[in-house]
Amino acid sequence: MSLPPHVARFTGGIHPMDGKGLSNGIPARTAPLLEKYLVPLHQNIGAPPKLTVTKGELVKKGQRIAEPGGFVSVPLHAPTSGTVGNLTEVPGVAGNTLQAVEILSDGKDEWGSGLDPIVPWQEADRKVLKQRVADGGIIGMGGAAFPAHVKLSPPPEKTIDTLIVNGAECEPYLTADHRLMLERTEAVLEGAAIAARILDVDRIFVGIEENKPDAVEAMKKAAGAFGIQIVPLPVRYPQGAEKQLIFAITGRAVATGGLPMDVGCVVQNAGTCAAIRDAVVEGHPLIERYTTVTGTPVVHPGTWIFRVGTPVKEALKLAGGVREQPAKLILGGPMMGFAQSSMDVTVTKNTSGILLLAGGETGRYLSSPCIRCGRCVSVCPMRLLPGPISVMVECENYALAEHNFVMDCMECGACTFVCPAKRPLVQHFRRAKAEINAIRRARKKH
Amino acid sequence: MSESPIPEKTPQPDIMLPDPKKLILSASPHIQCADTVPGIMRTVLLCLIPPAAASIYFFGFHAVRILLLTTLFCMAFEWICCKLAGKTSTLGDYSAALTGVLLAMNLPPGVPWWICLIGSFIAIVVAKAIYGGLGQNPFNPAAVARVALLVGFAGPMTAWVTPCQGFFPDEGKAPAAIQVHETERKPDFTTGATPLSLAKMAKTPEEIQALQTPDLLKQCFFGRTQGSLGETSALAVLIGGIALILLKIISWHIPAAMLGTTLIFTWIVSKADPSLTPGPVFHLCSGGMMLAAFFMATDMVTSPTTRRGKLIFGSSIGIIACVIRIWGGYPEGVSFAILIMNALVPLIDRICYKRPFGWHPSSAAAYTMRRGEVK
Repeated sequence: MSLPPHVARFTGGIHPMDGKGLSNGIPARTAPLLEKYLVPLHQNIGAPPKLTVTKGELVKKGQRIAEPGGFVSVPLHAPTSGTVGNLTEVPGVAGNTLQAVEILSDGKDEWGSGLDPIVPWQEADRKVLKQRVADGGIIGMGGAAFPAHVKLSPPPEKTIDTLIVNGAECEPYLTADHRLMLERTEAVLEGAAIAARILDVDRIFVGIEENKPDAVEAMKKAAGAFGIQIVPLPVRYPQGAEKQLIFAITGRAVATGGLPMDVGCVVQNAGTCAAIRDAVVEGHPLIERYTTVTGTPVVHPGTWIFRVGTPVKEALKLAGGVREQPAKLILGGPMMGFAQSSMDVTVTKNTSGILLLAGGETGRYLSSPCIRCGRCVSVCPMRLLPGPISVMVECENYALAEHNFVMDCMECGACTFVCPAKRPLVQHFRRAKAEINAIRRARKKH
Repeated sequence: MSESPIPEKTPQPDIMLPDPKKLILSASPHIQCADTVPGIMRTVLLCLIPPAAASIYFFGFHAVRILLLTTLFCMAFEWICCKLAGKTSTLGDYSAALTGVLLAMNLPPGVPWWICLIGSFIAIVVAKAIYGGLGQNPFNPAAVARVALLVGFAGPMTAWVTPCQGFFPDEGKAPAAIQVHETERKPDFTTGATPLSLAKMAKTPEEIQALQTPDLLKQCFFGRTQGSLGETSALAVLIGGIALILLKIISWHIPAAMLGTTLIFTWIVSKADPSLTPGPVFHLCSGGMMLAAFFMATDMVTSPTTRRGKLIFGSSIGIIACVIRIWGGYPEGVSFAILIMNALVPLIDRICYKRPFGWHPSSAAAYTMRRGEVK
């Protein structure tokens, strides 16, 4: 095993309030079975899966109900045993509408995935393991939703030498990965080892922010057996962002517009690793995940294990509901999550948190002028110029915005957090990116 | 949405769920820090209390008069400009009030009311509103006003008042303008000309030395000298300025660069030629150096956004101000130095911006639009 890596500090970053005290001490609870699950079809980046079951068909828990729509796609599985219901619609996180298939539970919750355990995986063929990751319907569970088997299939010209497990969980309030690493320590580590075997690397690091000392301890105790190195990281948002995480642990900087594989690294979320282990060792595809239901308006905040397709309404009922009307309902964390306008949105494979914010905690945006205080410039982890770029976008000068690297913005929200003029900076950049992409597409056509 | 009937469980009576119609929908991030622009301006005003209080202590009624007049005139002009432009009034961000107080700090205590009026007009209308208001002005409004008044109305702008004459000084008017040959009299900073004017007139090493006795330097530091409202007591400004840094409103870069460069530059020059100018302590504590270092040069809108840029900005102001003081036509050069460097801020920022994290020469190939091209 290599020497302990020097943890490199990335430029910028902020220290928002922690908020994790609401839920980090409470063990995760398994959500009771619901009568109906509404499983959205398109939960992954890439092509949506195609439904293979019909209404009225009987399915077992973990049985495949939709097949991948291409290479960059994953299958879908039934969250419980029962009957297939209607094909209906649910709200998506970004205000869109998703097709969803109803699964009506028969109360028996019987497994029937058709996937046999691959034991011992240490001797299995790497292609077989990779196919199992694909068959398990596993996507990036930290929020990215990128099919895991594609990430584990870098092109042959890219030499991968490091696997990094992302246990940073730098967003305030979220504690799902924290509880996962505490309660399923071996599963996370074994999953990382399996992923490392698929990639054929022997350098494996797990990055964990220091605000989770018990998780760091638990992981350190168990990591030696797997040959994995635990790297405690300084607490700074966004330490869990892919490029910043790679830089902190390996000192390598991913080029703008590049991918981690360009510097020989593959990053996987801790939850994704646990899901890989379950798919390989148990033959269980991805049908449930750790999710934090939290926020000061929530009566009983905590971490839950929800099945995919659980409506947020049911999730909030389990948490005891709210003690006052919240100002915002957010899926994800407070910095990069999506505000919701409906309680019918469902838990998907990459829902890391259900967060409620009270009125006094919610930010309000104004269109005040930029006073050039420079705080945004000093906190941007990508070393961009948020303030000046936002003025360019307001003047619709997208050419200048592109030249100032707005396309490299990862929308982490650090700049917007510190802006005293309360300008909606991330929203400006999203608009600029959309406009620039539209122009690029139009140019390509000609 | 769903057609198949669901056997509804009776909801628990004591579980309250959010009403989705009352949820706010807006882009991420959903939390913000507590700082606001009015909050920042108010804190700067708070940190100006020590210098303002000192000026009232030294100049009594004159200080109160000027402070009130400039603040009210600045706020009035800002309100009028907003009305003319059809915008909602921006008085709530406290920037007009702040400009008013800073302008007052830059004015001699004996100026007539119409100087305050013209100064406020220049600061708010000419130097700020015409460019588009807060955040759009390239030059520090209070500095523009002071320089314009100095050049246009030299007489009234040297209306010094003897400090510590009580709240309502008997004279009410200032001593006459500077006389050129005052070298026979023993220099006294509380009557006659300002310390910097005396330094400009002094020609021999002995005269320069006479300006730097411990008593006189103490006067410069604690106050009791002739000068504008904010120029007499370096100590009061220092207290306000350090508070500004500790409260994280400004960073230490510009004050440290400006004062540090002044210290080194004047030390070298005064050692090299003692007949030219007094030493660093004199220069740091006299004139508008302290006020500029903490309150004027650090104006966010007109100073660089990068830390390296701030250091370049601050040191350049220090050098230019000292050059004007020592060799230039005016006894005080800080305001001119600020304006000169304001003009160079876009260039400084351009030089000091870092490349993005992970920038690579091949990154430029991704650009699809030519620079300067309109969509």
